Amino acid sequence: MNIIVLIKQVPATTDVKIDEKTGTLKREGVEAQVNPFDLYAVEEAIRLKEKYTGKVIVLTMGPPQAEKALRECLAMGCDEAVLVSDREFAGSDTWATAYTLAQSIRKIENYDIILCGKQAIDGDTAQVGPGVAEMLDVPHIAYVKKIEKIEDGKITVERMMEDGYDLIESPTPCLLTVVKEINNPRLPSLRGMMFSKKAEIKHFTAKTIEADKTKIGIAGSPTNVMKVFCPPARTGGERIAGEPPEQATKLIIKLKEAKII
Amino acid sequence: MSKIYVISEKCFGCGLCVKSCPFSAITLTVRPDKKLKLAVIDEMKCNFCGACLDACKKYQAIIIEKDDISVKTVDKSLYKNVWVYAEQRHSEISPVVFELLGKGRELADKLKVKLCAVLMGNKIESRAKELIEHNADKVYVFDDEMLNEFQDDPYSELLSQLIGEEKPEIILMGATNIGRSFASRVAAKIHTGLTADCTGLDIEPETRNLMQTRPAFGGNIMATILTKNHRPQMATVRHKVFKKAEKNPNKKGEIIKKTFDGAKIKNRTKFLQFVADVSQKVNLAEADIIVSGGRGLGKPEGFLLIEEFAKAIGGAVGASRATVDAGWIAYSHQVGQTGRTVAPKLYVACGISGQIQHLVGMQSSDIIVAINKDPECPMMKIATYAIEGDLYQIIPEIVKELNK
Repeated sequence: MNIIVLIKQVPATTDVKIDEKTGTLKREGVEAQVNPFDLYAVEEAIRLKEKYTGKVIVLTMGPPQAEKALRECLAMGCDEAVLVSDREFAGSDTWATAYTLAQSIRKIENYDIILCGKQAIDGDTAQVGPGVAEMLDVPHIAYVKKIEKIEDGKITVERMMEDGYDLIESPTPCLLTVVKEINNPRLPSLRGMMFSKKAEIKHFTAKTIEADKTKIGIAGSPTNVMKVFCPPARTGGERIAGEPPEQATKLIIKLKEAKII
Repeated sequence: MSKIYVISEKCFGCGLCVKSCPFSAITLTVRPDKKLKLAVIDEMKCNFCGACLDACKKYQAIIIEKDDISVKTVDKSLYKNVWVYAEQRHSEISPVVFELLGKGRELADKLKVKLCAVLMGNKIESRAKELIEHNADKVYVFDDEMLNEFQDDPYSELLSQLIGEEKPEIILMGATNIGRSFASRVAAKIHTGLTADCTGLDIEPETRNLMQTRPAFGGNIMATILTKNHRPQMATVRHKVFKKAEKNPNKKGEIIKKTFDGAKIKNRTKFLQFVADVSQKVNLAEADIIVSGGRGLGKPEGFLLIEEFAKAIGGAVGASRATVDAGWIAYSHQVGQTGRTVAPKLYVACGISGQIQHLVGMQSSDIIVAINKDPECPMMKIATYAIEGDLYQIIPEIVKELNK
């Protein structure tokens, strides 16, 4: 079974700070990490490989330094890695990203399953996975919390919904986006780390994937950022002082005034 | 490839652009033969958003040359009306739909067009009236057995076809599990822009473009996004972001039944079964009051107190990531970036210091009450009411007051 995992390198958000003076995001020197949701996809892919044999190819689109994220996935147990990187992709929105990834997947050998995290923590859109599936013309199931079984070219999964879960069957190849509940990602093994250090990473450019220039980068993105601004910071309110009983009484009065209770 | 550059003769190193750049792509650096430090743009970080161009209006020292690639553009005049996708789950219309109809009415009135709803399901036609009573001028109904349960293939294909026939200029959908999955597929199929989780929607009068404002980078910055050359303009919105439309039982509207040939509709996945989650008694996203516990509880049993508090005030129980990771409470209670985003009328944070990942998941709550020993922690600083002290002493007093 061949599995492709799509990942994204994102800033390690614990360290992202707003510069109070300039009101800009300080990403300088911020550590980059594999999008946390993607680790569940990587783990699930490795588990499927262990169960059904085959190989796992991890793929990302990003700047050259995203290679580091790919190596982390190789260390966990992925077999091959592909970095899709080109200045021409700069400024891609979710549509252009989905197109670029779909074109890249077409250049990779056959696959049975494509796995992605449910969303990236920096963009939070959850749009790229389903978009890739549509562009490859394969079915997708989003928010998968469990893969029940795979047999006879069919996969049965639990799709998490707000009120429970749906049991859905899909033919393969297909694309799944997975949620946190699906597994606990492993840490890289020593052997994995040795392998990942030496592993060769394939590089794809706009030319390699034969991208249509009207569909990539900023020109190929239907959405454009018009402006960016800092939201008005939530300023603190009142401090309720006193002994606990007094504090409680004061709070209740406030909440009654606000018609909350 | 698009290019951005600084005309060094025009740049005086004032640094306004540095401040304006949300991606920290600009620095002031010493250039050879120049006395002043001038702006330098890191191409790897630049996203061509144009914020620096605005900042440098006075000097016009920064230029962006966008590619002259002739991208397919649509004749926008062919597209009109505002649509709301009327998501239903087990034949109940999702609450977010009524909020979208509220906002949709406002947008449609500004554009002087109709507000339409699209309803898809099985034995669902009777629900169309509800949509009309909540502002819809027209409801398109697909009522078919194939649509009994939500599946991406048939739903996205039918909606895409209807879009092709009717050409709406705007489509609003709920940012629910269904909405996010299926809107993405539709946008990919019909090649248009989709903006997720909008918190602000408005019309730019001159262009009729939809200005879609959404948080980016975990809510640290806001971005306003346009879909300039493609139609329809698609946006998803989370539940509780906009006000619900008021019901007007006298409102008149048109119901248009749509039929289709099932054999021609792609339907590759198969729905087998729905399993309701009974463990989740309270849906956090729906709750008007949430009482959350954090590491400050000190022990798993602390959640018994939180539960008692929540029960007394009629709210749901939330939790910080730290307590969930420690196994004190189930993940379904987690509020924050990797948990649920909530915006209740009242959010009580007990022993939660307020790391940014937690704050982005709850900071749009109407009233925030923080109970914490540390008066300097971020949560105490943003709280509407900050109560300093031992939560094990304060909460029982509050519960006592509530139960009076």
